Parts: sequence; C-alpha cells; structure tokens
Amino acid sequence: MKVLVAIKRVVDYNVKVRPRADATDVDLNNVKMSINPFCEIAVEEAVRLKEQGLVNEIVVVSIGPQQAQEQLRTALALGADRALLVVTEDVLEPLAIAKCLKVLCDREQPDLVLMGKQSIDGDNNQTGQMLAALTGYPQGTFASKLELTGDNKATVTREIDGGLQTLALTLPAIVTADLRLNEPRYASLPNIMKAKKKPLDTSTPDELGVSISPRVKLLKVELPAQRAAGIKVADVEELMDKLKNEAKVI
Amino acid sequence: MSILIIAEHDNSDLRPSTLNSVSAAQAIGGDIVVLVAGSDCAGVADTLSKVPGIQKVLLADNPVYSHHLAENMAPLVAEIAEGFSHVLAPASTTGKNLMPRVAALLDMQAISDISEVISPDTFKRPVYAGNVIATVQSSDEVKVLTVRSTAFEAAVAEGGNATIEQISSVHNQDACTFVGQELAVSERPELTSARIVVAGGRGMGSSEGFSMLEKLVDKLGAAMGASRAAVDAGFVPNDMQVGQTGKIVAPDLYIAVGISGAIQHLAGMKDSKVIVAINKDPEAPIFQVADYGLVGDLFELVPAIEAQL
Repeated sequence: MKVLVAIKRVVDYNVKVRPRADATDVDLNNVKMSINPFCEIAVEEAVRLKEQGLVNEIVVVSIGPQQAQEQLRTALALGADRALLVVTEDVLEPLAIAKCLKVLCDREQPDLVLMGKQSIDGDNNQTGQMLAALTGYPQGTFASKLELTGDNKATVTREIDGGLQTLALTLPAIVTADLRLNEPRYASLPNIMKAKKKPLDTSTPDELGVSISPRVKLLKVELPAQRAAGIKVADVEELMDKLKNEAKVI
Repeated sequence: MSILIIAEHDNSDLRPSTLNSVSAAQAIGGDIVVLVAGSDCAGVADTLSKVPGIQKVLLADNPVYSHHLAENMAPLVAEIAEGFSHVLAPASTTGKNLMPRVAALLDMQAISDISEVISPDTFKRPVYAGNVIATVQSSDEVKVLTVRSTAFEAAVAEGGNATIEQISSVHNQDACTFVGQELAVSERPELTSARIVVAGGRGMGSSEGFSMLEKLVDKLGAAMGASRAAVDAGFVPNDMQVGQTGKIVAPDLYIAVGISGAIQHLAGMKDSKVIVAINKDPEAPIFQVADYGLVGDLFELVPAIEAQL
C-alpha cells in the first residue's frame, strides 16, 4: 500500500510574525521556516503505518519554493521514501495546491493521502477537503485516530465541536491530521544523513498543467486591536468587587 | 445579490452559530436563503422561517443527510449554489469540513473564518493564529465563506415569515459511512455561545482539579473550557479546548485558571469582553491580556471565589 503525504513549508510556530511596514503582507525576511506542525503529524502517521507493515511506500510532496526541499528532506529523514517538489515562487491558494495534488494523485495512485488539517500561516483548513472534492475520494478531516482495517477500508475518528465522530472510509481516501493523532518523533542524525541520498524529483505547476493564478487578492495586513493593559488585583475580595461594580459582569 | 446559508443543526435544534452567519449575510446585503439539510429536521426549518431577513428556507430532509457527511452534502450544496453570489456557513468543524469541498466542486477559492465584511467581495479574516488580520478581496463568481461566529452578533430569531421549500435532490455514496459518535452531554450552556466561560489549564493538575473548577462553573451558570495542555494531559475531553485549533469564544466574562496563555490559546479567547486570569506565575503571558489578574494558588483562590458568589 502506498501513502502520499503532502507537507507545507511555513514560518516556524515559535515565530511571532508582524506586518511589513507597508502593510502589504507579513514580514518573513530572515525568519525560521519549518514543516507545518500538522503536516509533521501526517508524516509521522504514515511512518507508523509503514512500521506496522501496513504501508510499503511513503511519497512526500510539497508545492512551494525551492527551499521547501529542506522540509522534504526532513520528512525523508523521518521515514518517507521519496519526495516530489512542485516548484513555484508564486502565491499559492488552497485550490491551486489541491489541483497540483490531484494531478500527482492521478500519477502516483496512492491508497491513502495524509495531510495536515490546516497550515499555521494562512489558517485556511481547506486543501484536504478540496483535494477530496477534485479526486472524488472520501475525506476524514481533523483526525485524532486512524486505523487501516485491512478490507480496503480505514476507520477515522474525528475531533468535532461536540466531541468525537467515527467514519468508515473506503480507500483511496484523504485523511487530515489534528493535533492529537500522534506525537511526531525527532529525526536521528544517521537518518538525516541517509535522507540526503533519497530521491527528490522536481516539477512545476506548468508541467502538471495546473493554473495557479490567485483568485483572492491580499489587500492589506494589520495587527489585531490590542487589549488595554489590565491590573493585578490583591485578593479575591478586590476581584469580586471589580467584577460586580466596575466590569458589571456578575 | 443572493446569499445561501448552510444551517448548522443536529436535526432537532438549530445551532445558534447559524444566526451569526445570518448577521454576516445581512452585512453583505441581498436576499437570504437558508438550506436545512438533514433527516427529520423539519422543525429546524420552522425555526429558521421565523428569523426576520430570511426570504426562503430550503429543506432537504433525507436520511442520507442525517450526519451531514461532506461527501453527500457537498454535491447538494454545489447544485443549489448555482445562481447565488455567496454561500456561507458557520466556521464550525461541520462548516470547515464541508465548505472547501463545495468550493472545489464549484471551482471557487473559499475564504475561511471571515471576521468582518468590508464589502460584498472584501472581507477581514485572522491569519497566523490571529496575530495578524488580513483584508482579502475575492474575484470569484461565487464567494464561498465560513463565518467566525464570535465576530458577528446573532440575528434576531423571531418575527419573520419565510416560505419553506422542499428539496428532493438526493446525493448518496458508500465510500464514506457514519460509524458512530461520542458527544459530550452537558446541562451547561454551549461553550461558543455562553455568557461566562471558566477555563482550566495544565495548572489544574488533574481531572480532580477540574472537578473543583466545575463547582465554580455551575455557580456562575458558565460553560467550561480548557487549554490544549489540559486536553492533551487527558484532564478533560477535546470538545472543551479553546484556542487556534479548538473553539473560538468571546463571552462577556472569561476566567482563565491555571492557564499560562500560549498564543494559540489567546487566539481563541482574546476577544472576550472581560478577562480574568488566575495563575501562580506572575510572569505568565495570560496576564498581558487579562483585565484583572490574581496571582496565587488556584486551589485556594477558586474555592474562595465560589464562596463569595
């Protein structure tokens, strides 16, 4: 069984981004970039399935700049077998990414596509669902548990607003990872060295026949309204007094 | 312009978030039609028919829609969406699961989690965990949007008289089937629409710590929330998580107990009207957003607050 894992290069989750002075976009000069944390969980899940003997090949894919090779190498060090990079320096929207992934799914014919549920830059939470629409595959989004049940089916437990929902999906299927699906491992040094020799092929959206022209224009970015600094109260009595007589919320 | 809203409900009751989406639709302007897709959900359509501002309620009542599976719902919505300028749904897990699938079927680029309507094609939305607000303009023919419920007031629920129209279209498949669900049963108000939220973090120490917090929650008539750390530690179930990847809340009063205040948590609650933080660490980042901070041992302070109510 073959798994395709799609990953995104994003600003590291520890970086606090700020708008550029001209407010046209956020300032990403000289900031640390990493694999999107949800994508890393997706890679880990694929590696665990391979370790259980349920999967024999993991293909990791990214669509983005040349530097996304770094994140693909990280995924290879974590246990993916080979990598594909669709190179573009242009702004990418979820639909454009899903269209590229659709072409790659047609070529690679994976039994399972694993992705993060959202990227922590755009916070869109769209690409997996869009790829599911374009391929016609069933989708198990926001997954906190994934079991391959052997009869060409997967059981996915999803984190939903009221609790948990379980779905049975017939493969091929798209599964997007939530935080509690697993805890990703760290790549070992020997595996990082080995990953440098694993195959990494590149193409472009043009070669895939996909138009990635944006549909949505970013007009400006700004900081959210800041909260006025509050006060520290000395004790419970003062807190209760403030809540009753100043804020009037209880 | 004409706007289609996908109602969120559990087949018997309408979720309040749908009314926030109605407000967003009113801010866009145009005729408003609401789709209720589900099973034995005619009561939900009746409820919506009384909401002023809604011209028509479409009712697709069929067992294939009972669990709102995106595989069945998306082709239905895409079919109905023809001729509409906007398709909206609350940015809940149901809306987030469904709407991108609808958008891709229509070959439209969806816009997630809008927090303000600037004009019919221009919206504000939080990015980077709410650290930055982006203003975006769509050039697509149909704007497919999910709506951040806390950013829009709930529309008035009574006084309207919309017509209800049956939709007979059935989309079914067998590649995705519903197996089961575990939903939290609670007498407390719903987390995302409660007036008061009391949330606990890693500092609660255990599930027992949360039991102590429950007494305060119930005395205040509040909903209970939690940080990701508390959920990951297994103190409480995932549906209580407030934050970037959990629920977004904006109550009148948010009391954060034993929560340090990671930016991912702040992303989910910093629009609350009044924030109280109780933490033993005076340097905890939560105090930077709190209106009232109380430094000390929560195991002494929480019962003391409860005693004063």
